Amino acid sequence: MNGVFSFARLGALLIKEFIQMRRDRITFAMMLGVPLLQLILFGFAINNDPKGLPTALVAMSNDQYTRAMVSALQVTGYYHFDHVTESAEEAEFLMARGDVSFVVTIPADFASRVERGDNPQILIEADATDPSAASGAISTLSTVASQALLRAQGMQAAAAENARQQLQVVVHHRYNPEGISQYNIVPGLLGVILQMTMVMMTAMALTRETERGTMENLLAMPSSPAEIMLGKVLPFLVVGAVQVAVVLVAAKLLFDIPFVGSLTLLLSSVLVFVLSLVLLGYTISTMARSQMQAMQLTFFFFLPSLLLSGFMFPYRGMPGWAQALGEIFPLTHFLRITRSVMLKGADFHAIATEVGWLAVFVLVFAGTALLRFRRTLD
Amino acid sequence: MNAIDVHGLVKRFGDKTVVDHVTMSVAEGEIVGFLGPNGSGKTTTIRIMCGLLTPDEGEGTVLGFNIRTDSLSIKREVGYMTQKFSFYEDLTIGENLQFVARLYQLKPVEDYVARTLDELGLTSRRDQLAGTLSGGWKQRLALAACIMHKPKLLLLDEPTAGVDPKARREFWDEIHRLASGGLTVLVSTHYMDEAERCHRISYISYGKMLATGTVEEVVRNAGLTTFVVQGPRLAKVAEELHGRPGVDQVAPFGATLHVVGSDRKKLEAALADVEKEHKGVTVAPGETSLEDVFIQFMSGSKDNMA
Repeated sequence: MNGVFSFARLGALLIKEFIQMRRDRITFAMMLGVPLLQLILFGFAINNDPKGLPTALVAMSNDQYTRAMVSALQVTGYYHFDHVTESAEEAEFLMARGDVSFVVTIPADFASRVERGDNPQILIEADATDPSAASGAISTLSTVASQALLRAQGMQAAAAENARQQLQVVVHHRYNPEGISQYNIVPGLLGVILQMTMVMMTAMALTRETERGTMENLLAMPSSPAEIMLGKVLPFLVVGAVQVAVVLVAAKLLFDIPFVGSLTLLLSSVLVFVLSLVLLGYTISTMARSQMQAMQLTFFFFLPSLLLSGFMFPYRGMPGWAQALGEIFPLTHFLRITRSVMLKGADFHAIATEVGWLAVFVLVFAGTALLRFRRTLD
Repeated sequence: MNAIDVHGLVKRFGDKTVVDHVTMSVAEGEIVGFLGPNGSGKTTTIRIMCGLLTPDEGEGTVLGFNIRTDSLSIKREVGYMTQKFSFYEDLTIGENLQFVARLYQLKPVEDYVARTLDELGLTSRRDQLAGTLSGGWKQRLALAACIMHKPKLLLLDEPTAGVDPKARREFWDEIHRLASGGLTVLVSTHYMDEAERCHRISYISYGKMLATGTVEEVVRNAGLTTFVVQGPRLAKVAEELHGRPGVDQVAPFGATLHVVGSDRKKLEAALADVEKEHKGVTVAPGETSLEDVFIQFMSGSKDNMA
């Protein structure tokens, strides 16, 4: 007799899981609905380089330099001047209330200082409560401002030609020349969506059996921990495959994300990633005593993984300890893989380390789950 | 070889000893009733026997397999019917049976399922979800699923709780039919009439095994005396009897009172007083029932707890 593992028994468990999955309409809807909903919401909504930010202009005079400056800022697309005032207090109030993200103040003596060559100044106040929102706008600022000034002067004094050439600044956005956030967000969403559904659903796997009282019966029948584990997690590989297909097709059709690399390479990495996720979920399932606890543990894991993986905030922008912490999440490694393969066309050699990390997660989670699995009701 | 042979089993949950040095043996082909009040440790003892719980102390074998080291072998040859329906309510009757047949690697699966459905008389309802069955049918389905792999030992944990008398009768007929084919059965129950249908009974209370043997043996060994009191205004008589020395139980049965005590002399004295005080009241010796014995056990163990 085959004691530890039998494919026949695994088959029994798999068939049972698939039937239950099919009957559980809400779960089924979640599998298809969640990826689409998240993709559309996040894909269209999240923008790390926001433009058209509301701006208040405090202009003390209406001379040609001021006009040149304002139009130059407007042309960048970052600033949208929807409040023009002469009162600094009013501008202050607008910002405090959150009506504007920027206040641009052009002093009354701006024109005379420019003509005298006496350090002309403009003041730009940015609402820094969301630093990443303003960073793009600010980074273009000095260039735009000095160029606008030179241009305005150049119309009168013909000597500006050289100066303009000296001041030219080249900004080169590699892989995403137009700086479209979606190129960054959508491949990341593939990882986030998979993480969300895979971990949460497998985290329920054992606790649901316990809560419905069927665990006692399952344990009383001959099935080994490895069979139960594979029986629970393998059906979700199929679910994951469907989700991957949905996200990739939507990425192409809705967002026109370029796909430079090898599809086979991406899909094989997805497989390892999904395997690590379902095993993580199953491990959570062996620890939780109820579905409620499983949910809590899952969310306890979700938030840091979203924040520290580089999905929400630039990974390189985090301090060293946070980067180190980020390494313990499969999502972190998967994000590097998808972005590399989809946008940069990386080959296996380039992502081998990251795939290796994911493989380590698979082994660690599977081992932990098998050790944690309670073969008895103790 | 006994089907069940366990001795000195101890199981603690936290600082509560749920099973306290329980020793039990069940011979092959025997139907043994496992009795005791709620929370007395019946379910825990049964779970230890089928390998679902590890005992803190004690050793034993079930069907010759060690309960500590050989639980997988035990699981293959034992049918365990849980107290609560524990098959999948979101699978149909047929799918549940298929699942069980595949897990036990019974081949061909469809033959086993079809035969079981036929015996149950559920062939026409095979595509109905198990969750929509009534209590009695759930219990029959559970029993059928437990015996599909032809186990040598059947462990039944309060199988007839909440089932109507006719279904209970049919259930017990089935148990006896299976036992005559050589199957050993250990069944826990609250019902006295069910206890009387067992070859032997074991009584457990607060984790301790208090009595074991045939129904007659258990009743005899309890050493109780019972009198039947008849006459007018029995309610008043019952009130007076309560608390008198020697009177342990007073229970109205129809138009009579059953008065039970463990000290025969004191009980007779108490009854003689009552007979004198109340006109028309007669006292006659009665038969001690299993229920009287159990109630005596239960009040006795509560005293031990204090």
